[in-house]
Amino acid sequence: MSEAAMPLWEVFIRARNGLSHKHAGSIHATDAEMALHAARDVYTRRGEGQSIWVVRSSDIVASDPVDKDMMFEPTASKIYRHPTFYEIPDDVGNM
Amino acid sequence: MYSQGLIGADGKTHEDAAFLAAFQARIDAEQKIEPNDPMPEGYRKTLVRQISQHAHSEIIGMQPEGNWISRAPTLRRKAALLAKVQDEGGHGLYLYSAAETLGVSREEMTEQLLSGAAKYSSIFNYPALTWADIGAIGWLVDGAAIMNQIVLCRCSYGPYARAMIRICKEESFHQRQGYEIMIALCNGSEEQKELAQDALNRFWWPSLMMFGPPEGESVHSNQSMIWKIKRFSNDDLRDKFINASVPQAEKLGLTIPDPDLKWNEAKQGYDHGEIDWDEFWRVVKGDGICNRERLKNRRRVDRDGAWVREAAMAHAQKRAARTASARIAAE
Ligand SMILES: [Fe+2]
Ligand SMILES: [Fe+2]
Repeated sequence: MSEAAMPLWEVFIRARNGLSHKHAGSIHATDAEMALHAARDVYTRRGEGQSIWVVRSSDIVASDPVDKDMMFEPTASKIYRHPTFYEIPDDVGNM
Repeated sequence: MYSQGLIGADGKTHEDAAFLAAFQARIDAEQKIEPNDPMPEGYRKTLVRQISQHAHSEIIGMQPEGNWISRAPTLRRKAALLAKVQDEGGHGLYLYSAAETLGVSREEMTEQLLSGAAKYSSIFNYPALTWADIGAIGWLVDGAAIMNQIVLCRCSYGPYARAMIRICKEESFHQRQGYEIMIALCNGSEEQKELAQDALNRFWWPSLMMFGPPEGESVHSNQSMIWKIKRFSNDDLRDKFINASVPQAEKLGLTIPDPDLKWNEAKQGYDHGEIDWDEFWRVVKGDGICNRERLKNRRRVDRDGAWVREAAMAHAQKRAARTASARIAAE
């Protein structure tokens, strides 16, 4: 095929007010307006959404899974960030 | 999903033992694999092959039923069939995007389908000759697809599993609308009931073939099981499908076209007659009733739509250029 590749967009849908937008999948479209139309047709045929975001996939900056340990491992040793690290007598009650 | 049977995939890997062991440990711990995670090339290739075959099946699968939209007997049936065919198109799109996360482009996959290099489920190379076929397709073909797809919701590859969950939610209406058509025909005139029986006669065996050949002949499925891409053997899923379908046929008052079908008390399931795998391979290799027509249609539709895609691209580029020059002028 000699056709130019059509840009890829990531689709995020808010199922209900009160919830955040959640990644639903992706679609191809030439521009933002058509991306919104396509996202509506492809991902909300049964009232799954109240609001749609589309973002060009190439605009998303992602962390590299290879760096996962370097990025996230240090937090595992910082148990003092969690409430259970602190000892409070039972008779103090809920805190 | 319409094809669990992965046709002609190469599941070989060349990575070193430590890498493969670490990957297998993740799989065994039921961790999902996500798009940019390190993975054996064989795992990636197997998935690209399976997901794209699956996507092609959804897309080609629109044809036999789409053919009946304009001839549906009532407005209710027409609306339902239209919605179903639209869903199948959507399934194709979810799956293409899942495959794209593995580094294959939409254009490449489309090209493989149009050139005939890619496979799709053999079931769609059978014609939908009568309205009863639309009932049988929904009941049996979507029913078989659901059996396959439910287990794929637990596939080790995250994007595929997520696409399957979305698809499964949509599938149950497909099967129910088909079975409802069968009920209406079976409660109708003698001729209508004959149409229903005839549709069952033609679609029964091809539906059983949708699960793929028994594992002994299907060399690569073992590796797929180890990688938890699939979780049940073709024969296990086929048996589940038969056990579910036989009572449904009885309710309709129809006869399954298999004289050797009988209840096996010991295994609490049905034994079935010999499946004609020669026919299966003939259809897979291009010699089914509709193979040529399906591809010819797909190519025509692609050609006919090319100007729309080109115009949309040109429009988007023009608008982007205009915004850019306006910005420069303003600065
Ligand atoms: Fe489907
Ligand atoms: Fe379906």
